Amino acid sequence: MRWFAQLQMRIQMLVRRTAAMVRLDDELRFHVDHQIEENIAAGMSQEEAHYAAMRVFGNPALLRDQAHSAWSWTSLELLLRDVRYAVRTLIRTPGFSLISVAVMSLCIGATTSLFTVVRSVLLRPLPFRDPGHLVMLYEHFRDSRSNQEGFNYNTVAPADYSDWRAQTHGFEDMAAIRYWQFNLTGERGELPEEVKARGGSWNLFPMLGVPAAIGRTFTESEDRLDGTAVMLTWNLFERRFAGDASIVGRQVHLDGKPYTVVGVLPQWFTYPDAKVQLWVPYLSGLPPDIVPHHDYHFSTVVARLRPDVSLARALSQVEAVQYRLHSENLHAPVAEDVAPRSINDDLARDVKKPLLILMCAVACMLLIGCLNVANLLVARGAARQRETAIRGALGAQRWTLIRGQLTESLLICLAGGGGGVLLSLAATQWMASTWKDLPNAVGIHVDGVVLGFACALVFLAALLAGLLPAISSTGKAVFATLQAASRTTSGNLSRATLRKTLLTVEIAVTVVLLIGAGLLLRSFVRLRSTDLGCVTGNVLTLDLSLPAQKYGSPEKVNAFNEALLEKLRALPGARAVALGSSLPGEGYGGDDVFTIKEHPPLKPGELLPDALIRMAEPGYFSALQIPLLTGRFFTSDDRLDHAGKIIISDRLARQFFPGENPVGKTIHVPAYKDADYEIVGVVGDTLWQVGKPVEPTMYWPILEGSLVRGISLAIRTDSDPLAISVPVQRQIAALDPALPVSDVLTLQQAIGDSLGNASFSAKLVLAFASLSLLLAAVGLFGVLSYLVAQRTSEIGIRVALGAQREQVLRLVLLDGLRPALFGLVFGLAASMGAARLIQSMLYGTKPLDPSVFAAVSATLLLVAAVACAVPAWRASRLDPMQALRME
Amino acid sequence: MGKPNDLVQGTLDLLILKTLRLEPMHGWAIGKRIQQVSGEVLQVQQGSLYPALHRLEQQGWIKAKWAESETGRQAKFYSLTGAGRGQLEKETANWARLSAAIDLIVTEA
Repeated sequence: MRWFAQLQMRIQMLVRRTAAMVRLDDELRFHVDHQIEENIAAGMSQEEAHYAAMRVFGNPALLRDQAHSAWSWTSLELLLRDVRYAVRTLIRTPGFSLISVAVMSLCIGATTSLFTVVRSVLLRPLPFRDPGHLVMLYEHFRDSRSNQEGFNYNTVAPADYSDWRAQTHGFEDMAAIRYWQFNLTGERGELPEEVKARGGSWNLFPMLGVPAAIGRTFTESEDRLDGTAVMLTWNLFERRFAGDASIVGRQVHLDGKPYTVVGVLPQWFTYPDAKVQLWVPYLSGLPPDIVPHHDYHFSTVVARLRPDVSLARALSQVEAVQYRLHSENLHAPVAEDVAPRSINDDLARDVKKPLLILMCAVACMLLIGCLNVANLLVARGAARQRETAIRGALGAQRWTLIRGQLTESLLICLAGGGGGVLLSLAATQWMASTWKDLPNAVGIHVDGVVLGFACALVFLAALLAGLLPAISSTGKAVFATLQAASRTTSGNLSRATLRKTLLTVEIAVTVVLLIGAGLLLRSFVRLRSTDLGCVTGNVLTLDLSLPAQKYGSPEKVNAFNEALLEKLRALPGARAVALGSSLPGEGYGGDDVFTIKEHPPLKPGELLPDALIRMAEPGYFSALQIPLLTGRFFTSDDRLDHAGKIIISDRLARQFFPGENPVGKTIHVPAYKDADYEIVGVVGDTLWQVGKPVEPTMYWPILEGSLVRGISLAIRTDSDPLAISVPVQRQIAALDPALPVSDVLTLQQAIGDSLGNASFSAKLVLAFASLSLLLAAVGLFGVLSYLVAQRTSEIGIRVALGAQREQVLRLVLLDGLRPALFGLVFGLAASMGAARLIQSMLYGTKPLDPSVFAAVSATLLLVAAVACAVPAWRASRLDPMQALRME
Repeated sequence: MGKPNDLVQGTLDLLILKTLRLEPMHGWAIGKRIQQVSGEVLQVQQGSLYPALHRLEQQGWIKAKWAESETGRQAKFYSLTGAGRGQLEKETANWARLSAAIDLIVTEA
């Protein structure tokens, strides 16, 4: 039971320390008294006996300390003493303490928030069974066009997926997921709602290890073309069905067709993103002719690796199958290879790189914050030089002195860390809600790991900020202060050099941040001002879908479209109306391969040419002001059976009809009704997405009547386009009250949404860079003020001896601008490297953009000059008499 | 010749434990007893004695109790714990080995 006795002892020593001190004194006095008695017995006088006893006893204080040091908790006691001392010194200079704590709060808060996001998005494994063995599989084309943007993960064709699954053995199982969208109504057709959905093969949920919260998941027999099973996500279940479990087994209507709810997914399941409202079986509702195709790419594939097989081996089997499929489908766009991708990266998609860059930016800011606090601490160390020297002379060990100073920086960082965590709670929330592209946004919150990270940051920052000043201010040279005459400044020179060095590093890092922010911002401005190829001002856009049940024939679809166009064109304020499958800048709207009848057949191994596909009514181009280059637009006669016409974009004409007139030529689209289309016109290029290169585009007449889903409307107005949105919706409701309308936005808003990512990261990096600049300016100001204060008497003598004010001004100004200049040069050099890292995020901006580099240099020098001007001005106004009397 | 009270490093603990084996004692008495038994050869300095007592107490080998001394004053009496007895045996054995070894070397020459 010795450990128990020890523990008891320890606790007692901890809680009854003061009592123990008194007891120790009693014990020692008892000893001395005995000695005195013995001495008296030996014949000494009272006084003699006392002195003799004390002599034998030695130094009572030392003895007490020695006995004391045998107790437990000595280090804790020392720590407490250091903390008490540090708190006292910090309170004595509240300005310094507040500034440092605020700086550290900001830096630690920002770093913690970003780490929270990075962890949730990139690092935390998804909550599936054994997520380490899950991998996404994509098709991978070898041609240079597919690889030009460095991102080559092509979605998978249904027949490829079924062949992979049937013919390979390296994976336990594979499941396919496809995008879908439904018009959801109740059993009696009430409350239409456009919902995002996914089709998942029946084995998906068992493979991921996701059980249904209520009911069950899909069965194999339900995963067929006419399958009508549906699973609700928890969100939809709570929101639309009030969490009533009796919905399971009942029916809902999707696009007017009855589906049976078989189960509800658990609340935590928000894969692939929280916007998905319901799931249907993978095959359910697919057009039958699509299933056997190897070149209809629309699925993502999740696979679970067998534990005893390596990814490379499992993958090589799939690649072998894929390459055979590629060879069997000559010319068709069937990829040569298969590319694996981690499931986390797959979700993070476009945000991974911006996130990492932001993380770097925030780390730079933290470094700058630490350097700033270090700088302030060096200044304080200088002010307290004499005190340190005296403590050292009285026997304080160097480590004790360093520990004392480190405690101070630790306290600052701890307070900053506390503030930072509070700050990051708010900031993380804000980021998760503002950054729309962030996957798994619900799962982003501060938790134990994040708090641990914040603690680690606090200690790192404390070491970074405290160690250098502590070491420098406790060196041997300190004792020189005691010998030095009060007027010499030589002892402080090395310290000034240290401060200038710190400042140079700080400014260099700031420059890197500023350049990064400048480049991102410039690229964003470029993106904003890209010419889309059509009119963008005063355009209202909205999307609608016609339920297939109700609009079963092309005639019915055309009747609706034409009635709608007529009503909208008659609206006061509407100058022109365009109706099509998608609008410029609103993203990918499908692509197809084609052949040109009049051209010789392709050489073996050559892939079929490929173009984006769009559908447009006759007024589409003129309403959007897309110019006609040759030929004609569609007319209202290009409809139904007479719709075999096609309009191509300028890019397509230049690429595939070089030096010939495409009008009158015939394009054959094997995948689309396997039909021939006569080219009737060539129109100007439009961008399908801002920031992406122009793609060849084909337009079909929408009046052929088959398009029911994803109809886009654009209404050009004279004034504020949003003002017309309610009348437009009223017109739609007048035609069919059950039609849901979605994404009612101005075209500029719609494009802005697609730029959200770029704008968000550019703005955040700019914010970090501005803060860093502010910190650097404060640092510069502090150092220079300190230097001027140090040199007061020297400047006084100079002025007394006849130096001109301007000379003094120049002297001090140059002293301050030198570190700024050095920092700028180092920073610019480092930026050249850093800029290459973000090259892939830049649009229309070179990484070494001279205007950004020039602007940053000018800004920095300007800020540095302002920061230096105040102390320099003060120095030049110095009254020599006062300066010389000061000491 | 060195001072007679120079103690071989680490033996003070052994001496204290051994002294406390028979009865609880206070610090002054422990010092006196060691001096007496060693025939006035070993004189324990207070500067070593009290830190050592406190260290042994922290380690749970001895425990302390305040009680009335022979002169009627309150004094801190140390006594051996069970663990202390075990430690005493171990250190005694150690000492026997060590002194025998030193003896061997010294008498050999």
